[in-house]
Formats: sequence, C-alpha cells, structure tokens
Amino acid sequence: MKTFLIMLIYFLPFNVEAQKVRLITLDDLYRRIQRGNDTTYIINFWATWCAPCLEELPHFEKLSASFNKSPLKVILVSLDARSKMNKTVVPYVQKKMLSNEVFLLADNDPQIYINRVDLNWSGALPATLMVHKNTRRFYEQEFSYEELLIQYNKIKKYETPISAIGDRYMRFYTSTDQYHYTRH
Amino acid sequence: MIVICGSTQAQINTITPGTKAPTFSLPGVDGKEISFTSFPDARGYIIVFTCNTCPVSKAYEQRIISLHKKYAPMGYPVIAINPNDPNVVAGDSFEAMKDRAKSKQYPFPYLFDQGQSVTNIYGARVTPHVFLIQKKNNQPMVVYTGAIDNDPDNGEKLTPYLENALHELAEGNMPSMASTKAIGCSVKRKKSDL
Repeated sequence: MKTFLIMLIYFLPFNVEAQKVRLITLDDLYRRIQRGNDTTYIINFWATWCAPCLEELPHFEKLSASFNKSPLKVILVSLDARSKMNKTVVPYVQKKMLSNEVFLLADNDPQIYINRVDLNWSGALPATLMVHKNTRRFYEQEFSYEELLIQYNKIKKYETPISAIGDRYMRFYTSTDQYHYTRH
Repeated sequence: MIVICGSTQAQINTITPGTKAPTFSLPGVDGKEISFTSFPDARGYIIVFTCNTCPVSKAYEQRIISLHKKYAPMGYPVIAINPNDPNVVAGDSFEAMKDRAKSKQYPFPYLFDQGQSVTNIYGARVTPHVFLIQKKNNQPMVVYTGAIDNDPDNGEKLTPYLENALHELAEGNMPSMASTKAIGCSVKRKKSDL
C-alpha cells in the first residue's frame, strides 16, 4: 500500500501534465494509419476558429473514452495556422484537457492537402475521415454523439470484400449510408 | 433502392467554371435590389459568399474591401452574398448584416439570400467562397471558383488565386487555375436540407 501511494504521488504530476500538440504531415498520418491493422481511425479536422468544431470535440472525447478497450484511435488534426500553435491551439487543448491526440497539420498548401484527404471535400470545417482497413469514409459535416456512434459502429463492422476496391466505389457507399441515416 | 439513394443529392455541388452564371436579384443592406444589371458597365463580377460570423470571413473582410476598391474601377465589382440561414446562425440576420456593412463601411453590395436559393444554385459550400464571373457576348460566365488566396492568416507565403485569375482575364486569357478549394466555415444550412 505504501509503495502504491508513493507511486501515485510519483506519477500524479506526470499524468496531469499538459497535453502536447505536435506537427504532423498527411504523409506521416497516412503511414501511421497504414500500419494500423485492425484499428479504426477517426481523424477529425478542426480549428480553434471553427465554432461547430469546438461544439463537436466533446463527442470525439466521449467516443474514445467509451471505447477505450476497442481498437479505436481518434486523432484531432487542427488546421489552425502554425503561428497560432502556441498562442491559441495549445492553450485551448490544455484548457479543455483533451485526451485524444492532437496535431497541427504541417502541410501548407490547401490545394494539395484538401484533395488528398478527400476529393469531395470543399475545405469547409468540421470534416471527419474514418478509416478501417481498406474502407475510408469522409464526412463534411458536424457530428452529434449519436451520429458519430452510428458511423463508427458501421465502419468497424465493414470488411472490404476485395482489397483492390476503388476509392470511387467507397465514396458511393459513404453517400448512400449518410442518406440512409438522415432518412430513418 | 441503391440507385435511388445514389442519385439523391447528399451534398451541394459547386457550379463549374465554363458554365453560365445563374442570374439573381437579391435585397442589399442599403435596401436596393441588386442583380447583374445593376452594374451596366461591368465587364464581370466578383461574387463572394461571405458572412458576419465566420472567423475566416472576418479575416478576409479587409481583403475583400481592397479587392473591390482595386477591381471595381477595372470593371469587376464585388457582390457579397451572405449564404447562411439566420435561423441557424442568428448573427447572420439581415439586420446584423446591415450593422456589419455600416460599421465596416462596405463599398460593395452585401446581399441577403432568403431561403438560400442563390447559395444553393451556385453551390457555395464555405465562407468565404468566390465565384468570378466574366461577361462574354453579354452572357455572364463563371470563369473561376474557390478561394481568394491560399492563406486565411494573410501570411507571407501568399498565392493570390483570385487576383491571378483577374490578371489573366485582363490579358485576354482564361484563368489557368479555374477552381481552387478553400479552407473556411461550412455554409450554415438547415439540417433537413442535407
């Protein structure tokens, strides 16, 4: 018990240490996803200037907390300018005590990175990319927790029948699924 | 069922360069109805879907004013249209628009798009979202869509997409980059519209 208390005192300051925000390139992000095997990745693109993004951030926190025993990785990628990193992004992340990993996108040409995330993305925030094995789904929308849960449950069950399946086909699936959801 | 679902518009499609610009008549903050014919001497128009509330729009506000001051005398006035539904964002009501235009001394018309019909015909998806129109044989043609430039922060590595397109038009050429994508706030629509 004594040892435990000592350990607790020792580790406590470490655990409450403020969350760091690092830079990441899309290349690094995609490499990491490729190594992910069974993990479902939910990548939320946000910015401190985007009010609806800040409203939905708690839903992503809740999702990863609720599924902390599942192979789920939520990554928050800020599109704030690099100059805002220390002034705005880090203070926000620390104030809200975000537990998901937070990065700031290092790529600086929107004409390239927007299309590399998804060809259908207009560039509007918030935007979310879900990846499970070979399945990719992209959402240019704000999520409620319920919607997020539904889409997560869908993609984690989805097994791509043919590994060589085209991107276009997957996008078709995305839009029909969204339609089904909004209809029912 | 799948075919029906697939053909259903799940999202708004942005009008493509090379097509005729849809005409419209919308009320401006000064009480006047504005359409293309309000500018008989114009060689074209810089339509900017922008709003009161989006921080990116605010960051671009001064640049939009400068664009109008520079290009309206050259035949390309700015026409600003607020694409947001004020029932979703109260700060984008017609009254709030009037206040903003007055306090920031907008030199261009700022139009209210009730029911978002013009917004949807053009397929504006972000704020700010630019549509550059050139009159050809008296027909308004869309020649460029997308971002004003590549940097909402007005940093040093600026590529002025819209101004580049305007310069190319002035030289008698079509914009070499006819469409770009823009980081910005989503256009605020009623949930049932999507």
